[in-house]
Amino acid sequence: MAKKKNIPEINASSQADIAFTVLIFFLVVSTMDIDTGIVRMLPPMADPNVKQEDIKVKERNLLLVFVSGSGNIMAGGKVISLNALKDKAKEFILNPLDDKDLPEKKVTDIEMPDGSKWAYPVSEGVISLQNTRDTSYQVYIQVQNELTRAFNEVRDEVSMSKFGKKFEDLDEAERKVITKAIPMKISEAEPRKMAK
Amino acid sequence: MAVMKKKGEREVPAMSTTSLPDVVYIILFFFMLSTSMRDQELLVTYKLPEATEVQKLEKKNLVSYIHVGVPSLNMQAKFGTAPRIQLNDSYKTTKDILDFIAGERDNLNESDRASMTVCLKADENTKMGVVADVKQELRRANALKLSYASSKVLNY
Repeated sequence: MAKKKNIPEINASSQADIAFTVLIFFLVVSTMDIDTGIVRMLPPMADPNVKQEDIKVKERNLLLVFVSGSGNIMAGGKVISLNALKDKAKEFILNPLDDKDLPEKKVTDIEMPDGSKWAYPVSEGVISLQNTRDTSYQVYIQVQNELTRAFNEVRDEVSMSKFGKKFEDLDEAERKVITKAIPMKISEAEPRKMAK
Repeated sequence: MAVMKKKGEREVPAMSTTSLPDVVYIILFFFMLSTSMRDQELLVTYKLPEATEVQKLEKKNLVSYIHVGVPSLNMQAKFGTAPRIQLNDSYKTTKDILDFIAGERDNLNESDRASMTVCLKADENTKMGVVADVKQELRRANALKLSYASSKVLNY
C-alpha cells in the first residue's frame, strides 16, 4: 500500500488579487446613477376610422396653461410667473370657496380599503398644457414640474386630513383612494404651429 | 525569580490576510447587485433639465431610452451641431422610433410589455418641436408611459 501523501494546500493569497480585478472591472463597466424623471401617460392615438367628436368641456372646468416660445407663461388668460403657477393650479384643483369660475365638483363615492364608502367632491377640472414648437424644453419641464407639484401638494393635504399620513407614505390601497379623489388631469395638446 | 525575555526576540506576528478575499467578494457582490451595466455609448451630449417632483425609474430592464441632444464633440465634424435623436447606437430620425419601440417591445416578456416605459433624455435647450415629434411617434407606437428625464434638485 502506497504511503498516504499529504496534499499541499493551494496557496490562496492571490485570490484577493483576482477578486480585486473583477471588482474593478465591475466598477468601470457599470453605472450607479438611478434615472429620475417626471412620469406622464400620453393619450392614446385616436382611431382614424372613428369619427372624433369634440368633447365639450365647460369653460370653468378648463385651465389653459400656455407656454410661449420666449418662455412666458399664460394661465387662464393672464400672464403669470413660474412661481405663481403652482398656487394658481392648486386653487384651480381645490376650488376651496366653490367659486363660480372655478371647476365644478361631483360628489363621488370612493371605495375605501376597509370596504366603506367615502363621499368626496372630485373636481372636474382639466389643466390643458399648450406650447409652441419653439418653446424650450427646460421651460416646459419647469411648468410640468410646477403642475406636478401642485397636484402632489393637494394630494398630500387630502391624505393628511384623511389618513394622517403624507401621500408617499401611504400603502397601495390608500394611495389608490387618493388618486381617485384627486386625479391628475393634465392634457397635453399638440403644439401650435406659429403663424409664418 | 522570573526570567525576563529579551526584547529583541519578540516579533509582531504577520497579520492574517486569509479573510481579505471574502471582504473583497462581499464588496464585489454589492456592486454587481446595486449597479447596472452601461449598455450604450452616448453619441449625443445633453444636460438634463432640473425638477423637484421627480420619480425614480425602477426596473431598468423595462425602460427604453431615447436620447436627444447635440452630437458629441468627436462627431460634430461629421454631423454638425443640430440636435439629433439617438436610438440604440446610432443617430436616427423620428420615423425610426416606431421600429425601435417595436423592437424593444419584442425583447420584453409578454407580461412586462404593458409596463414598458420610455425614458426621454433630452437636452434642456432642445426645442419642444423635436420633443413633440417624438411624443407623437410614441403615441403612434402605443408606448404611452413616458418619463421626461430630469435631475433632482431640492429647489430652484
